[in-house]
Amino acid sequence: MSLKPVVKIHLWSGLRAFTGGEDVVEVEAATIGELLNGLVARHPGLEDIVESGVSVAIDGKVIASGLSEAVAPENEIWLMQRLKGG
Amino acid sequence: MALDSLKTDGFKQIGTRPNRPDGLDKVTGRALYGADVTAPGMLWGVIVRSPHAHAKIVKIDTSKAEAMDGVKAVVTRADFSDAIQPAAGPRGEMWNVLENVMAGDKALYDGHAVAAVAATSQLAARDAAKAIVVEYEVLPHVTDVDKAMAADAPVIREGATEKSVPEGMHPNVVRYHESGHGDLEAGFAEADLVIEDTFKTEATHQGYIEPHACLGTLGGDGKGELWCCTQGHWNVQKVCAALLGLETSQLRVTASEIGGGFGGKTAVFIEPVALALSRKANKPVKIVMNRADVFRATGPTASTSMDIKIGMKKDGTITAASGLFRCQGGAFPGAPMEFTAMCAFAPYNLQAVKQTGFDVMTNRPKQAAYRAPGSPMAAFAVESVIDQLCNQLGLDPIDTRLKNASREGTQASFGPKWDRIGLVETLEAAKAHPHYSEPLKEGQGRGVSCGFWFNHGGETAVSLALSEDGTVQLAVGTPDIGGSRASMAMMAAEELGIPYENVRCTIADTATLGYNEISHGSRVTYASGLATIKAARDAVKKLCARAAAKWGIEEDAVKWEDGCAVPSGPNAGDHEPLPLAKITAKMGATGGPIVGHFEATPEGAGVSFATHIVDAEVDKETGKTTISRYTVVQDAGKAIHPTYVEGQFQGGAAQGIGWALNEEYIYGEDGRLQNAGFLDYRIPVASDLPMIDAVIVEVPNPGHPYGVRGVGETSICPPLAAIANAVSAAAGVRLKQLPMSPPRILAALGTHD
Repeated sequence: MSLKPVVKIHLWSGLRAFTGGEDVVEVEAATIGELLNGLVARHPGLEDIVESGVSVAIDGKVIASGLSEAVAPENEIWLMQRLKGG
Repeated sequence: MALDSLKTDGFKQIGTRPNRPDGLDKVTGRALYGADVTAPGMLWGVIVRSPHAHAKIVKIDTSKAEAMDGVKAVVTRADFSDAIQPAAGPRGEMWNVLENVMAGDKALYDGHAVAAVAATSQLAARDAAKAIVVEYEVLPHVTDVDKAMAADAPVIREGATEKSVPEGMHPNVVRYHESGHGDLEAGFAEADLVIEDTFKTEATHQGYIEPHACLGTLGGDGKGELWCCTQGHWNVQKVCAALLGLETSQLRVTASEIGGGFGGKTAVFIEPVALALSRKANKPVKIVMNRADVFRATGPTASTSMDIKIGMKKDGTITAASGLFRCQGGAFPGAPMEFTAMCAFAPYNLQAVKQTGFDVMTNRPKQAAYRAPGSPMAAFAVESVIDQLCNQLGLDPIDTRLKNASREGTQASFGPKWDRIGLVETLEAAKAHPHYSEPLKEGQGRGVSCGFWFNHGGETAVSLALSEDGTVQLAVGTPDIGGSRASMAMMAAEELGIPYENVRCTIADTATLGYNEISHGSRVTYASGLATIKAARDAVKKLCARAAAKWGIEEDAVKWEDGCAVPSGPNAGDHEPLPLAKITAKMGATGGPIVGHFEATPEGAGVSFATHIVDAEVDKETGKTTISRYTVVQDAGKAIHPTYVEGQFQGGAAQGIGWALNEEYIYGEDGRLQNAGFLDYRIPVASDLPMIDAVIVEVPNPGHPYGVRGVGETSICPPLAAIANAVSAAAGVRLKQLPMSPPRILAALGTHD
């Protein structure tokens, strides 16, 4: 039996093409790294996008690249395109 | 980082305006920039560039050049790593860099590097470059973003398209973004007025004063040294190592002083070429770009074509908004269309919104970042339509923006709910500013715009070493592109409780610290600042431990106060405060050197909003625009050195004035850049600018110990739109294409063809 909590991740709508139309995906994860692994396991078509770098917003705080940040069921989690700057 | 760890007042150093530590060097000419160093036996490198926008490279004959006096090496693509292979998406990014640094089978734009030569003098190298014979087979080209998406457009490169691009699009469309929420159709149906319009912006260059320059040495043993003008020398190290097949740690890179970057020096162009020439010649090689090379072959911004549709009720409520953003980024993937899309409607709390972005390849140089890449163009299009809606519905532009403003807890147009943000505070400060209520003179128009940028954290390493005399050597890894050495020294001095002048901040080379991400994303004062504070606190902990040992008490019974170790309470004993310098004077005998460190990837960069107010006058006979008054209001979180924050605000406005009014890449029918110099590419000079008022709003960022938000980029987001709104009001006609140069204004007025 898994001990990981189930969290919901919202995707940007352009990713629906890879998830059979879903834009909210549930995965078992306690960290961003586990969340991204779970997302790819659920929807392998997202592998290239996740591998090429994404950011994650947790309750409005944007995590640019960190995989060890904690996620929990009560968080509002959004996948975002990888942030960078000039 | 929790809010309760924020320190927002009671500062001694933060918020003051000391002189910058590099100021004397810069005004006396002692500062060393990219082109200022030489080495014994040094050669000069010159790069041969394609005169064609798109051409197959049939043959390169270097024999004549190699036989010339003084010529020591010639390199072509064959002298770079063949381990890097093309691929779609970010997996192909290093190949894109290599392909841009030195062309492979095809020249992809006017100015594309195809070969390079090193000789004993710059003149000899130039002569030899002319003697390299390149046989081209010229191919059809395209430089316009809309034409590049058309069915009959020549294909720049097959196989570059990411899976995200919908089927049926032209192969030049290589990436795609779509996001949003809500029911657009219902939203537009609810509106009293819907405006739909198309806007275009031309590519502009960052216009830094210092051209790219470097001096590289690379031996046959794979060990190298590189001095270069860059915003990120660890990235230069990584890229050069990959392109030349080196072990990363064997190449030491030192960043020179930098004469402007604005994002354009986040990329690598000439450094691998200098190293390849050096490896072949076994001598140091220096390359200095001329201005034409900078324009033709380093990254300008993307140019754009955008369709915007916004619905509004009579009371000013926005009911729905959508945008299509087509961005060309040259002959490589990477136009920042996802940021154009995500930033476009960020200032507004919308029930229904959709933004769609297209990254399009053309036969132009590879675009590079330019302050908030992608965002200013989006603001131009969206804020122009908001202005039209306000005008037609008789609404105040600031009140309307306040009515719809994003705030903490509302859903962003790109998805998540906002954390603590300061947009409303900038709008309220703009509304209260005397500029907004000043009556306009005859012929003047006033424009307002908001702007948004995400900001960034990134990998950061800092080392803070204490000297025996109690002064501090602070080593950071982010090149100082905006006065950051002063800000870092202030933060270290604040934590340590010592004078600002007692801290010397140095930009360390790649052999001295762990990996530091580029100075980009407005990250330096945020991330290197956070790292400096944490490194200082690490040093303070060690200083307290030395005091505890001296006093024979527990370490946690000592605290740091005003530059001294003191007992933390009455139970800790009666000990005189122990100043920093007294501890460091004995540190060799009490445990050794004291150094504070911080190495991490800070993830709390707070986003930033700005509101700009512009007054403009248009001469309807000549089409010339004069900006008569300009006010920038921006959220800085906490201004460490207010003068430099104001400087960033003013700099963004000044560059925005150039982008809005005059600057543009002009291509001929042959696909060649027609204005590769500052005489024909007109950036603003001092006499073009009014005094730019800067108002600092401080809504602390919970992700930084003092509340800092990056300020370097957001300041260029609102100007294009604010100026367009002012110019349109003054001219009496809506300007939808940048730059709003005199011919374009006359054409809009119908007085010029």
